[in-house]
Parts: sequence; structure tokens; C-alpha cells
Amino acid sequence: MFRNQYDSDVTVWSPQGRLHQVEYAMEAVNLGSATVGLKCKDYAAVIALKRASSELSAYQKKIIPIDDHIGIAISGLTADARILSRYMRNECLNYKYSLDTHMPLNRLISMLGNKMQLCTQRYDRRPFGVGLLVAGYDENGAHIYQTCPSANFYDCKAMSIGARSQSARTYLEKHLDELGPCSLEELIKHGLRALRDTLPPEVDLNTKNVSIGYVGKDIKFKILEEGETAPYLALIEGEERRGGGAAAAEIEAQPADPLRGDRPEGDDPQDPVPTVAMDTTE
Amino acid sequence: MFDPMGAPPALWHNGPTPGGFYNFPAIQTRPSEPITHSKSPVTTATSVIALAYDKGVVIAGDLLASYGSLARYKNCPRILKVNENILLGASGDYADFQYIKSFIEQKIIDEECIGDNIKLKPKSLYCWLTRVMYQRRSKFDPFWNNIIVAGIQDGEPFLGQVDKLGTAYTDRAICTGYAAHIVLPIIRDFLDKNPNPTQAEAKALVLKCMEVLYYRDARSFSKFQIGIMDKEAGSSIEGPLTCEENWEIALVAKN
Amino acid sequence: MSMIERPYYSDYSSAPIQHQFSPYADNGGSVVAIAGDDFAVIAADTRLSAGFSIYTREQNKLFPLSDGTILGCAGCWCDTLTLTRILKSRMQMYQHEHNKTMSTTACAQMLSTLLYYKRFFPYYISNVMVGFDTEGKGCVYSYDPIGHCEKTNYKAGGSAGALLQPLLDNQIAHTNLDKVPKEPLTLEKALALLKDVFISAAERDIYTGDKVLINIITKDGIKEEAFDLRKD
Repeated sequence: MFRNQYDSDVTVWSPQGRLHQVEYAMEAVNLGSATVGLKCKDYAAVIALKRASSELSAYQKKIIPIDDHIGIAISGLTADARILSRYMRNECLNYKYSLDTHMPLNRLISMLGNKMQLCTQRYDRRPFGVGLLVAGYDENGAHIYQTCPSANFYDCKAMSIGARSQSARTYLEKHLDELGPCSLEELIKHGLRALRDTLPPEVDLNTKNVSIGYVGKDIKFKILEEGETAPYLALIEGEERRGGGAAAAEIEAQPADPLRGDRPEGDDPQDPVPTVAMDTTE
Repeated sequence: MFDPMGAPPALWHNGPTPGGFYNFPAIQTRPSEPITHSKSPVTTATSVIALAYDKGVVIAGDLLASYGSLARYKNCPRILKVNENILLGASGDYADFQYIKSFIEQKIIDEECIGDNIKLKPKSLYCWLTRVMYQRRSKFDPFWNNIIVAGIQDGEPFLGQVDKLGTAYTDRAICTGYAAHIVLPIIRDFLDKNPNPTQAEAKALVLKCMEVLYYRDARSFSKFQIGIMDKEAGSSIEGPLTCEENWEIALVAKN
Repeated sequence: MSMIERPYYSDYSSAPIQHQFSPYADNGGSVVAIAGDDFAVIAADTRLSAGFSIYTREQNKLFPLSDGTILGCAGCWCDTLTLTRILKSRMQMYQHEHNKTMSTTACAQMLSTLLYYKRFFPYYISNVMVGFDTEGKGCVYSYDPIGHCEKTNYKAGGSAGALLQPLLDNQIAHTNLDKVPKEPLTLEKALALLKDVFISAAERDIYTGDKVLINIITKDGIKEEAFDLRKD
């Protein structure tokens, strides 16, 4: 199912200087349900929207603990996320085994970036089809990192990835100034509000479809599931919902994509937007 | 050695064999000497002394590297500043120390290249060296050293020792080699009476201990270095310093 | 020509001097563990020594593996450091894989497997582990260096192990005692006994002394206590 001449495998450049296979992999992230990551001075949190693939199945796990000081929220292929999380856990354990201290976030992320980059430069590999939001706390403070299938990674103040995540980013951009000095509770509230903005109007957050992970100064990475999220959900219940809904879905059609930021405008040939979908994304 | 079951040895037995004279120091009496893979130290350095005081650490070691009982090299520094947080001292095989030193220095360079401003901490280096030493002993190819890691972590002085097996421990006063026998009791006694010495007191004690070592340890030397790392004043390695020596007493000593 | 063998003087030999390298050291130390129905206590002295020198007088030899399991180690200290680091990693791997903390019985089996894995280059450690078993009663697991594992109610291991075990047999199991009523062991009795045996061990064993650290596991978690021993 070739969409154009230049996407036969990852190592083929298009005349516009693009790697189509890599960009298709970036799209896999947008198929997963939305996750939000944000940080304040001493804490970092990730909040994820869970989906059940059918009435019969359980809600898919979206937040994975890596070490006492790191956790990730995923969007995209869960199977690929499993491999990446195993790699990250391994690196953290090895670092702790030999140096008796927690691995600094940026070192882990740059190693992860190198691992992911390898698959974007070899014809017998495919890029990892998952985006991660990595929340962690180390001696340089709280961090949120975003990683992409293109093997790019970004050090963020707040970020959201996954389906309809543009509305969450809009919320986060609007409230960026409030995040810096706020408390952990405030931080989670902001995260929940941002996540709620990605939902269509008829759906709301509930204890079944939300999970919260946080880490910070003197607290180990902790995941709240089901009943444990109720107190936080109660905090934002009844608040008027802003933005969100249909308006945000329109913006979604042109996802803000770091790879496409410098796309030359004009009448040069546009690559078709792929419509492939797999059931393995969350 | 005599063979108790065989014939009594000839009277000239202890002398060189006729014709074998020229090989004198290198006689090969036992063709069946077992070959072992284990190394032995060759160029050795003697004790290191380290002591923690209220706001930092003092560490000292002399400059001599010996070939057995021969005082062979007289300017071999073995107190090392690893980075702003860590001082390191080593006794034992000097070549092994130089090798360890080179890869610790490389580790620091690699770390600076990452550029995240995260510096190696004493506890991390101590733990890592423990792993390195244990791994080498498990291959029956040990680094023949005792290494003392001294430094400041989270505002607290830190002292730890690792030996060639990977045996490691931390304490407020640590000595390696001969000093563990004759100097450590002096320091422990001092700490019992004065649990929180100041920098000046700690330094004076270490200087005194170097002098005691020089008088008593036949493999020690009068020139030495002393490294100090202070919470406020930062770190420095002083030296070569010289022990004040007075051997007049030797004239009085009999036997 | 006669092949008369001459005496061997090491100083005049060109053969390399052999410092026989032994990968093991005996760093001493004693561990005693006692379990009752609703508690488990484990204690170890804090002296780390090699031959006649004392490396440090403040070496903790008790390693909490989880909130309900504690391991005590005596013997070759470099092996202890390595084994406990590996155990710590394994505990975290288990936690991540199964999303729960390892039970004491599982820890006990894992330690046995880890030790036996090194059957031909063993960790020279006398291990004693305490926690609660599947029925919720206190239990003690003791090991030999190559992974033999035994579940008991009390155990003395390490340099004074052979000295103390018969004493515990007598005081806890009442072996060779007639007409002594068998009462359930209380925590108070266990702690008193622990102190007595360590004081006795320090009198006879030069590798045991300085201080004793005690960890007490009850339903409320782990509590730590300490008391001094002779320092000579």
C-alpha cells in the first residue's frame, strides 16, 4: 500500500528532504489516547486517558513505572512501549547498581534517543511507533521529557501527546505561568483539566478512564488508579468545561509536529496523510 | 630443601655447583615451580591515612614507590583530586594505581562532555570502584591496591575504603597498609577524646601520624603529600612536604 | 653427571615471588535470628574485621529487602556487598514485573537460587533471613554458602554461630531440659535472649563485638534497636 514513491522503507529520502516512514510512525502516536505531562518546581506528573479496546476488555495501562524517580506515560503502540520501558528500567537498574544513585533523567533520555534513532537509519528496522511523556525528578529538579518515534526528544515544561491532544496543549499554554510555583495538588488539577479538554462533550473523566502518576522531591514515583484518583477528580468536578469539544477537534487535523515545523509552504507536492490504523495503539 | 628420605647431602651442598657460578643470583633450582595466574605487586606504595573532621576530610600519603625493600622511585604522587567533590588516595601496586587513575580521569572527562552539570559524587565513585575491584578479583586478576575515596557529599564529609577483593567500608578514620596497624589506634584514640576535631586539629594529627609512620615503617619516606577538602574553603593538595626527622636518638639506642 | 638437588632459597630464586591470591577474606561478624508467632527479630554485631585488625566498628550487616523481609550476612564482606546489591535489583525487578512486593518465602527461594548459581565459585557468606511465612507466622531461613536453605524458628550464623547455636537450642527449644514447661516465645524473651547471647559471644569470639543492631519485624513494620558490646 504505497502512498508515494519515496516511502518504501525508512532509509529513503523524499526530494523534499523528508523520511516518510518516520513521519508515518509519528502518526501512530496520534492514534493513541491522550496523555498529559506537566511539572512545577518540585513535582512532575503525568495524567493519561485510558481506553478499553472492547466492552469485554479491561482498560489498557497507560502509565509505566521505570524507577523510584521516573515514570512514563505512553501514546501509540503499547507493545513498542513495553520494549522501551524494559530498556529504560534496565538502564536505571544498571546505573543504580554501579553508582549507587538514581540515574539523571537527561542521561537516560539521551540513551533512549540513541536507541530509537538506530531504527530510523536502517532499512531492516522500523521506528518505534510510540511517543512517551517521561516524568522524573533528579538532582536538577523535576522534568518532563517528550520522545517521538523520530527519535527526537524535548525537555518540556508541559506537554500533551495522543489523540486530540491539541486542546490539552492549548490549555497548558494558557496556564503555563500558573504551573511554576503551584503545589502537587494544583498540578494534578491542571493536568486533569487539560486532559478533560481533549474529550468530546458527551464524555467525561471518571475513575475508570483516568490514571495519574506523579513524582517529586522526597516522593517516589506513584501511580493512582481507579478509586485512588477519585479525590482528585472530585476537585475539578462541576467546573465549567472550556475549549475542548468540537473546536479542538478541528485543530487536531493539523497536528503540531516538530518534524513538519519547517515545511516549505507553497505548491510543492503534499504527501497524503496516511489513514492506516491499528488496534494496538493506546 | 633437603629430601628427608634420600641420601645425606654432600658437604659442599650449600655452595654453587661447579660451572654454575655465573648464574648465581638466577639459579633455577626447581624446574617444576608452579605457574600461577595471580599477580603480585611489583612497584609498591605504602600506607595512606585519611581522617574526616567536622567540615571536611584530610588525606595523606608519601611519595615513595618501592621495589620490595628497595626505595626505588622517590617522586610518585598518589593523592589525586578527582573533581570538586572527591579526593582519592591509593596504596599498593603503583602501576595498577596509574591505570585506575587513567580510567577515573576518563570517566570525569566523559561526564563533562555530557554537559548536564551533574558531577560524580564520592559515594558513587566508591560504589563503582567496589564493583570494579570485585569484578577483577572474580577474574583472579586483581588490582593490587587499597583505595581511599574521600570527599564531601550533601554537605557531609565522606570516607570510604576499597581493597583488592572489593571489600569496602566507610568510617571516620581510615588507614591502609602498615598505618592500619600503627597509626589507626592513634587516630581512634584521638577521636575518642575529641569526636569533632577542627581542620587544624585534624591536619596536625595527620602530620604527626606521617612522622610516626616515617620513623616506624621501613617502606615509608619523609616526603609526602596531604590533600584537604573543606566544605567552605574547597580543596587543595599540598606538598611535597617533609617530615621533621631527628635520628640523634639512634646514637643512644643499643642493639 | 649427578643431579644433586640444592636447597631452595627464595631470595635467590628467579622464579616469581608467589603471593598466593585468595579471592576470599573472612571478615567475621555474627548474626542471630529468632522468630515467634507474631514477630521476627534479627540482630548482627557491627564489627568488620580481617585477622587482627578491625576495619570499622560501625558496619551494619542487616539488609531490609522489603517492609517484611530482612537479610543478615556474615562472612566474606566483598561477597556480601555484591550479593545484597544483586538482591536489591532483583527485588525491584520483581516489583515491576508483578506489581507487588516479593513475599518472604519467595525471597528465601530466590536467595537459595542465587547462591546455588554460584555453586563453583560461591559467595562465602553465612546468610540468615527473617520475615513472615504464608501463614503469617514469624520465620527464619538459614543458608549455607552454596544455597542449602532451611526454615527454622531460630538460628545463629557467622563467626560465633557454632558457639551460639547450642545455647539457642537449649534456651528456645529446651533441648536436654527436663521438666521445663514449654511456653510460647514472647518478643521480650527473644530480645533478652538476643542480648545475652551477643554479650557471651563477644567474650569468646574476637570477630564479634563493638555493637549490636537489632531489627524487629512485627505487624506494625520494622523497628530498630541497638546496644553496645565490648570494644576490645
